[in-house]
Amino acid sequence: MPEVVLPIGPQHPALKEPVNFKVIVDGETIVGLELDVSYTHRGIEKAAEQRDFIRVIPLLERVCGICSHAHAQAFCTGIEEIMHLEVPPRAQYLRTIVAELERMHSHILWLGVAAHVVGFNTLFMWTWRDRETTQDILEEMTGNRMNYGMNEVGGVRRDLKPGQISSILSRLPKLEEQIGKYVGMVRGEETMLLRFRGIGKLSKAEALKYGTVGPTARASGVDYDIRRDDPSIAYAEVPWKVVTDTSGDVYGRTLVRIGELQESLGIIRYCLEHLPEGKIGIPAPKVAPRGEILSRYEAPRGELVHFIRTNDTDRVERLDIRTPTLANWTSVTVSLVNQNIADIPVIVAAIDPCLSCTSRITILSERGRRTAEMTWAQLVDHGQRFYRKWGRS
Amino acid sequence: MDLLLVIYVLLFPGFLFLLAYGFLLQYLDRKIAARMQARVGPPLLQPVADFIKMLGKEVIDPAGVDRAAFDAAPLMALAAVMTAFLYIPIVGESPFAFQGDLVLVLYLLTLPTIALFLLGWLSRNVFSSVGGVRAVTMLFIYEVPFFLALLMPALMAGSWSISEIAGWQQEHGWFALLQPIGFVVGLIGLQAKLERQPFDIPEAETEIVAGPWTELTGRRLALMHLTMQVMLVAGSGLIAALFLGGPLLPWNISPAWLATIAGFLMFLGKTLLILVILASLKVATGRIRIDQLNDIGWKYLASATILQVGIVLLMDYIRVGT
Repeated sequence: MPEVVLPIGPQHPALKEPVNFKVIVDGETIVGLELDVSYTHRGIEKAAEQRDFIRVIPLLERVCGICSHAHAQAFCTGIEEIMHLEVPPRAQYLRTIVAELERMHSHILWLGVAAHVVGFNTLFMWTWRDRETTQDILEEMTGNRMNYGMNEVGGVRRDLKPGQISSILSRLPKLEEQIGKYVGMVRGEETMLLRFRGIGKLSKAEALKYGTVGPTARASGVDYDIRRDDPSIAYAEVPWKVVTDTSGDVYGRTLVRIGELQESLGIIRYCLEHLPEGKIGIPAPKVAPRGEILSRYEAPRGELVHFIRTNDTDRVERLDIRTPTLANWTSVTVSLVNQNIADIPVIVAAIDPCLSCTSRITILSERGRRTAEMTWAQLVDHGQRFYRKWGRS
Repeated sequence: MDLLLVIYVLLFPGFLFLLAYGFLLQYLDRKIAARMQARVGPPLLQPVADFIKMLGKEVIDPAGVDRAAFDAAPLMALAAVMTAFLYIPIVGESPFAFQGDLVLVLYLLTLPTIALFLLGWLSRNVFSSVGGVRAVTMLFIYEVPFFLALLMPALMAGSWSISEIAGWQQEHGWFALLQPIGFVVGLIGLQAKLERQPFDIPEAETEIVAGPWTELTGRRLALMHLTMQVMLVAGSGLIAALFLGGPLLPWNISPAWLATIAGFLMFLGKTLLILVILASLKVATGRIRIDQLNDIGWKYLASATILQVGIVLLMDYIRVGT
């Protein structure tokens, strides 16, 4: 066959969110790739500037449905540092429990999706059944299955009763057993090994060069985890270890995520058993002093960065969110070349992309037919003209 | 006699039974897979409901498509597999049996794949053409071991008629025991022919939407699904006849009507057994890549079948020699 442009997306069964690849294929082999990521710009960063610190957190939780706690977490720790707040240890432990439950449900969800893209629907069904355990625990703790609304500046909003703690602890062994089964399936199931091993290779040097984060980087042997390297909340007090792998392929990323599942379970168990007594929050001042902070947190997909600038008011002057998916995208375009068409969904899924969190802006031509790019200078110029016009009207 | 033949073709065990049994097998296939995957699964009449609903849906012609050919391809595929079914022994010998019907059936069972390729080609859609090319590529990989495996019983029984091969096993034992490698290759080949996991490469949902099926709507889609359903019946009936003795029992039953009923029950039992094996295979595997299938097909399946051919020739030589 001659070279064919195979459009994948914005609507495609393999994609849960809109993104567009123009894949140039020669027969079954990929020779080139064009990537177009921004289809769901929601203006959250701008909207965050309009809300005070109480009302901004529900908004930030909605940056991402899956790692909603991570965004609230990164923002709260940043603001607390600007305000010099000393958050009580019980609140920090509760935050850690929710964060790790969130990581577990995200990784189990990913494992199911990864199995689904290689057509192994049995593992997909099983993982999603077992994921209900984490969802139930989260619902009991916070009242919601998603967008938990647990965090606030200065602490958390809900406490755990002793009965709840023992109820959660009693459900963990079953979950642990199921995770053990997944390890066996991923390591032993022949068709999955065929589809995961040696696919989407990314060497350590490439992983560093393209700035990958999270499990994608750790699977390439980059020993980097914000929870250990820049610990916040209760991570410094809990015994756990960073999971890495050296294979650098999809198989390695799977192993890293499954390893993290087991580590997360350990963290949750430790936090529940050693939950300190005390208050679950302290009242926070309404106004934050002038300051700038780069708050980092290890979301399930990797390092999440919130840049916050405050200016003696009750709202942020500027909030910039760098989601882990944005950091990992470039590595996908590299690892896809010279692979098979059949491997596109696997390689894309392997970074666990969360596309709508990544979208910032898309420029459409007048008739909406083509997308274009803007340089930084053009963007600044556009912004100045836009606001000048806005101020006049 | 003529009336009986008409009843045989149209009612039982011909087309009416074939369609009903096809729906039942599809239901069982979905239900078994669902239970294994910790799902509830469909109710009994769901496949029928799906079929009727799809028949009633709008038929959409992709821009610039050759309508006549696009309509004809699913019909051709369905006609081919339904014809193939008539040569498969169900309650006893097929009344249409002749020397060489095995070759005819194998040929007819290949036509749906060709129809899928045609549909992919005619659809004028990238996903469809890639899927169509994949379907044909896959055909070249599994067809050689599949044919060889299914022709080995003919070689050993000394007949090219499916009914006679089934009859031969009544005296000498099942070919599944005499030629286990061929039996396994036959089952794998059937799974590949039906484009089920791990061989659902041409219609890989997450890669190429639905492959050749992408542009099929309404009755075209319904007919293509029905084709695959009928092929499941015909294919498992074929394997049952060639390797598991078909509808015949190892001993003779005296009243003819009792023998017929027993034979029919044997057919049902054996095809259901094959279905359970195929469904388990579907649930236990993911989808492999076409280049990996190429490796597996030519390295292992083909070599195993050639080994089986050698064993059969050796067994024949010893048998004739003594």
